[in-house]
Amino acid sequence: MKLIKHIYLLLFFIYPFFLFSVDVNFQVRDYPNDDGRRLLITYDESVLQAESVLIYRSFDGEEYEFWLENPESNTLIDEFDDFIKNPVHYRLVLMPVLDDINQIPYALDFADSATPKAQWFNRSRIPLLLLLILFCGTIVYYITLSGKGKEFYIRKINGLEAMDEAVGRATEMGRPILFVPGISDISDMQTIAALTILGKLAEKVAEYHSKIIVPCRNSLVMAAARDIVKESYLKAGSADEFNADHIFYLTDDQFGYVAGIDGIMIREKPATNFFLGGFWAESLILAETGFSIGAIQISGTANAAQIPFFVAACDYTLIGEELFAASAYLSNNPQQIGSLKGQDFGKIVVIVLIVLGVLLEMCGITAFKAFFTG
Amino acid sequence: MKYKLPLLIAFCAGILMILSEFIPRRPFSQLSGTLESWFLIIAGFAIVLGQLSLLKLNIMKVFSKSENWQYHLAAIISFAVMFLFGILFGMQRQAGLLGHGEMLSNLIGSKPFDYIFINLYQHLMAAMFSLLAFFIASAAYRAFIARSLESTLLLSVSVLVMLGNTSIGAAMTNSLPAYLHLPNISAFIMDFPNTAGQRAIIIGAGLGVIGSSLRLILGIERSWLGGK
Repeated sequence: MKLIKHIYLLLFFIYPFFLFSVDVNFQVRDYPNDDGRRLLITYDESVLQAESVLIYRSFDGEEYEFWLENPESNTLIDEFDDFIKNPVHYRLVLMPVLDDINQIPYALDFADSATPKAQWFNRSRIPLLLLLILFCGTIVYYITLSGKGKEFYIRKINGLEAMDEAVGRATEMGRPILFVPGISDISDMQTIAALTILGKLAEKVAEYHSKIIVPCRNSLVMAAARDIVKESYLKAGSADEFNADHIFYLTDDQFGYVAGIDGIMIREKPATNFFLGGFWAESLILAETGFSIGAIQISGTANAAQIPFFVAACDYTLIGEELFAASAYLSNNPQQIGSLKGQDFGKIVVIVLIVLGVLLEMCGITAFKAFFTG
Repeated sequence: MKYKLPLLIAFCAGILMILSEFIPRRPFSQLSGTLESWFLIIAGFAIVLGQLSLLKLNIMKVFSKSENWQYHLAAIISFAVMFLFGILFGMQRQAGLLGHGEMLSNLIGSKPFDYIFINLYQHLMAAMFSLLAFFIASAAYRAFIARSLESTLLLSVSVLVMLGNTSIGAAMTNSLPAYLHLPNISAFIMDFPNTAGQRAIIIGAGLGVIGSSLRLILGIERSWLGGK
């Protein structure tokens, strides 16, 4: 009976013995590319097969506190709330392991320490920095070139060319123009792009003595839109015609906002609808309601999933980048148009990188892709 | 100064945000979070502006008895009811000025604010969302007309994708080789040509955002200042 017990014990403990009779490469290092509040703890994967894995931590190297039990990964990150100036000590305890001579279970203990350090540069973002320098450098170069008088050709954007026609139509019909700046808040670049177009549009509306309605989903967007439209009316010399109540807040709720705008469309019957900015599920509900009242509709968004809906239901659609280019396009400012040329160069760079990446991957060279994907 | 100061602030904020992407050390690592908190504080104050605008507009329409003034009255009443129930009895676990309103809660099963929100408001939102199904059908009916080569191509592809996503599509092509199965063709169209097109739009939009941001940071684009 005693022999069976010994064999059982031997079998039970022999596996970890073979595992941990060698070093498990327990290492504590500074976590790279961070603000100095993390440490990286690594060890061999075989550790995970032990009966019990305990990790202890000490900030003074003397008194250890329990930190983690039976981790699921062999790579751990310890994140601190505050900055630590002294080394942090760790002990990895594996138990039970069988003594190789007397077959007595005992614990294996590994220790290491490191001090977290803050880095001045995130090396994992080198590809991003290179691309940013390339794109921004090119845009600035073309802006400078435009400033020196060089003229660039910009292809026609039908949706923006139709703006005059749309305002004229509304004026002739004696109906208002509805401008919806999307459902994103002011921190979204799409909303900012929409508001810059609103400025240009409001100027034309003021020149034609027409009426523009701007229902907003966000209070900050409403405040910004009011200022922009007011400035446009001032610029057009029709300050007395500006009515702040035509730019108003509806609701923050997505479908409540849609219901409100649909109601406005049905009651006011605008001659022209502009849907420019960030749109999601509401895009088609708005565009189809607008279609049902016979309005000319000009839409634009950078949300790829909503573009088909706008294309199907609107007369003109600004697709993705056209929304951001609109302000430069409408301004006729050579410097702004120069920046569009810079963007076009960026597209060529992206196409070259994609084609090169595909070819290299097909040839089995993965370093190029790895450089950009990290 | 009225225009130079905002331009300077925009320039500094833009440059700092770009730097914070590459410098993990504090204070750069915290800049994004801090600016977001500032934005939330400003947005919090702006909500009052929005509510005042909403009330003013609706009250004006009711008092001037403009066309459809009844709808505006309904909006004011709805606003007042939700506001009062929220203030007096609170919502969910938060107490209002009169506590949790146990008597009312016991009677209707939840706090009045939550009761209206769950039993009225959510259903109204769902009703609005459900309209989308009908609008998709009407938009598709107009879009899928074979007028030109492109629209015929669109029609053919849409038929393949729609059939591929239905059981009848799978049943129709069961006896054919796997690469001719409609669900496989549909998956191929969605995974490759469709994804490629969408990514092209996304990359273009990304470059557009970089260009627009640069114009704003450098002060070339000033229409947000009223075009000065």
